[in-house]
Amino acid sequence: MRALNFVLVGVGGQGILLASDVLCHVAMAAGYDVKKTDVHGMAQRGGSVISHMRMASQVAAPVVPMGAADFLLGFEKLEACRWAGYLKQLGIAVVNDEAIPTLEFGSSGPAIPYPDDTAISTILHSRARQVVMVPASRLATALGNVRVANLVLLGALSHFMEFSPETWHAAIEERVPPKFRQLNQRAFDVGRAEGGVV
Amino acid sequence: MKRLLLGNEALALGAYAAGVSVGTGYPGTPSTEILERFARFPDVYAEWSPNEKVALEVGMGAALAGARTIVTMKHVGLNVAADPFFAASYMGVVGGLVVISADDPGMHSSQGEQDNRNYAKFAKVPLLEPSDSQECFDMVRIGLEMSEAFDTPVLLRTTGRISHAQSLVEVDAQLLEGGRRMRQSPLAFRRNPEKYVMLPANARRRRLVVEERLGKLQEYSESTPLNYIRWGERRLGVVSGSMAYQYAREVFPRASFLKLGMAYPLPRRLIVEFARQVDTLLIVEELDPFIEEQIRALPDLPPVRVLGKDVFPAYGEFSSELVAQCALQGGLLSEADLRELGFGLSRESVSSPVPTEIRLPPRAPVLCPGCGHRATFDALRRMLFQCQDDLAVPHQSGNSPYGRALLERQRQYRVVVNGDIGCYTLGALQPLYAMDTCSCMGASIGHALGMEKAGIKNKVVAVIGDGTFFHSGITGLVDVLTSGAATTVIILDNGTTAMTGGNANPGSGLAIGGRPARRLDLESLCRGLGVEDVVVVDAYDYERIERELRRAVYSDAPTVIIVKFKCRVQERSISPLVSWVEEDKCVGCWACLALGCPALTRRNGHAEIVPGLCADCQVCNHVCPHNAIVRVEREKEQVKVGA
Repeated sequence: MRALNFVLVGVGGQGILLASDVLCHVAMAAGYDVKKTDVHGMAQRGGSVISHMRMASQVAAPVVPMGAADFLLGFEKLEACRWAGYLKQLGIAVVNDEAIPTLEFGSSGPAIPYPDDTAISTILHSRARQVVMVPASRLATALGNVRVANLVLLGALSHFMEFSPETWHAAIEERVPPKFRQLNQRAFDVGRAEGGVV
Repeated sequence: MKRLLLGNEALALGAYAAGVSVGTGYPGTPSTEILERFARFPDVYAEWSPNEKVALEVGMGAALAGARTIVTMKHVGLNVAADPFFAASYMGVVGGLVVISADDPGMHSSQGEQDNRNYAKFAKVPLLEPSDSQECFDMVRIGLEMSEAFDTPVLLRTTGRISHAQSLVEVDAQLLEGGRRMRQSPLAFRRNPEKYVMLPANARRRRLVVEERLGKLQEYSESTPLNYIRWGERRLGVVSGSMAYQYAREVFPRASFLKLGMAYPLPRRLIVEFARQVDTLLIVEELDPFIEEQIRALPDLPPVRVLGKDVFPAYGEFSSELVAQCALQGGLLSEADLRELGFGLSRESVSSPVPTEIRLPPRAPVLCPGCGHRATFDALRRMLFQCQDDLAVPHQSGNSPYGRALLERQRQYRVVVNGDIGCYTLGALQPLYAMDTCSCMGASIGHALGMEKAGIKNKVVAVIGDGTFFHSGITGLVDVLTSGAATTVIILDNGTTAMTGGNANPGSGLAIGGRPARRLDLESLCRGLGVEDVVVVDAYDYERIERELRRAVYSDAPTVIIVKFKCRVQERSISPLVSWVEEDKCVGCWACLALGCPALTRRNGHAEIVPGLCADCQVCNHVCPHNAIVRVEREKEQVKVGA
């Protein structure tokens, strides 16, 4: 059983919790021990969010050590850069090609500007063996709901993992309420196809 | 079957499975989910009490009546509940009483980082520390049994990483649906004033009972399966518990371990036996050297090398790489060991992989788009420097001597804002930046009163949320009234305890779990206390807020301004209109950006609304001096974005 570490990062409210839940259930179905952890409370109010998820035959700490993540799943470009240090030197970054602006401090001096795509690419490539940019928010909007961008991303990630699409679909079925199940399954499939193209 | 459960969920399930019928608490990260989950079970009584002190007092009453009881709170909450906590130690219980305190190493969501294990030693009660969700589930039951067997409250201490991590727990599927639980204990209060009335004469007798109980608990600690040795190599013996145990297990996979699930009183003989058989005794614990100090003080400790806080920090949250780094510096691991582990090799290479010439903008927590706190804090920020109309001068005048003198007078007369604890504490952050003090729950009113009585020339206000006012602001207001002060108190009333996830409070008209409850009315409460000048204003009526603030700070009588709105996280209705910046009118003065709204950004020299985020609160429309922000239909916004 290969031990795998994941960090899922983005902005509060992007559906990161559901994505890491589905990931856990896929791993559990395959007989892995799993642990995950997120920060709740004040840090959630529109701030930068990181969720750790680990799978192995036996997991001790739920927190992924710095420099030990096999995969970084970035729900937002800037946040993917911020947490890139969690990646192994040979890790893979799957990142939503989407920018959520940071606060501008009008009167109290100029804010640090949001980095341009070149800077983002430099940062991600300085750490990852492979960087996969996925237009997840746009694909989700095309499917009818930007909120399923999380499943599009998960689909793209699934392309790099050994679990069968059926296992993923079963996990989505377990975690998503019936009303949104079909949309989430479709989003996953779109993402999986996108991950294969890259 | 195995379920993936949050530590807090496992605590709730464990409590229910063990027959707990009363659960009380006060919401606070990272403890909140315990009671929210527990309240969803059938046939239990659960309440969010007004504060932690009341929660524990209710819990003690229930336990004295024979019910198995849990009381939950965050670490600083136990400071509020400390008085009854110490009393409970003397009085003992009938039904089991487990007090669950969730500490916050790293201060992810707290004002302090205290180590609540000290409370167990301080109040002379046993301490349990789970290290994963399965142990959370089991230890509630064990704690209740221990509580009843030794006639004592039990302190169960988690940390944020225990409470907010998910791991697998063996649970009965029926239990999750609310079936199959332990039989509840028989209810009856047996009169025993010598034990339950803490007059000095009785308390002196109970004082001895507490000492005897500690001796018995120490014997129990020697034999309980909660404390156990797992032998590995004898070169290094690690003593650890809680989440630190998981980090240590990962960093020292071959070492011997003494795992402490019960960290007070300590199993002294077990520790001595363990120490005798290892070369180095390494104590790995987050925060205070709580276990270490007790071990170092053991009279019959063998002459073994003992390491603890000389290797690891006594502050902050641990992680596997931090433990590995410290072990490397302390000579306990080699570079080769770390290479084998696959992490923690060089702090430089892991913590700053990002090319350092590229600076990333921070993304701090912010008030939601449309939050009703925003207008009040913007008005307060303006008043910070403009509390008298004649002093309302532009900043540039500071360049002239005349202007400098004016600015100096402004500094002297500026308003001092004493803040409090809740979402609105975010009003202290840039760019709102409109808070001068914030210490602990309910403190704003006392701080304001103290400044006023000390005699500073500044106008002073207190800003407090509705939940925090019910928690411990009322007594501060009582003091304002009886001391003859003229304090201005602003109560931000969003009808919920928002920061912890929208929990019921006495003003929300709901009890935990969404049951309807009697709603306490803030206005009549304040009037009933004797405040004559109480005004209720709409949180989005910027002009009125500004007017009332100005009036209140110059008034000679105490004033309460209740700023009312519905928390946007609770209120799901979506307005058909959104704000829109007319580019030709916007001159780039950024008055709107100073509101710190996530729905506002700038592009090409003018302000812009971020599509999909605007909640139509119209505060930016109000502050724009050029009337450049208008309202459009939501669909129109999307069309414009598409074009």
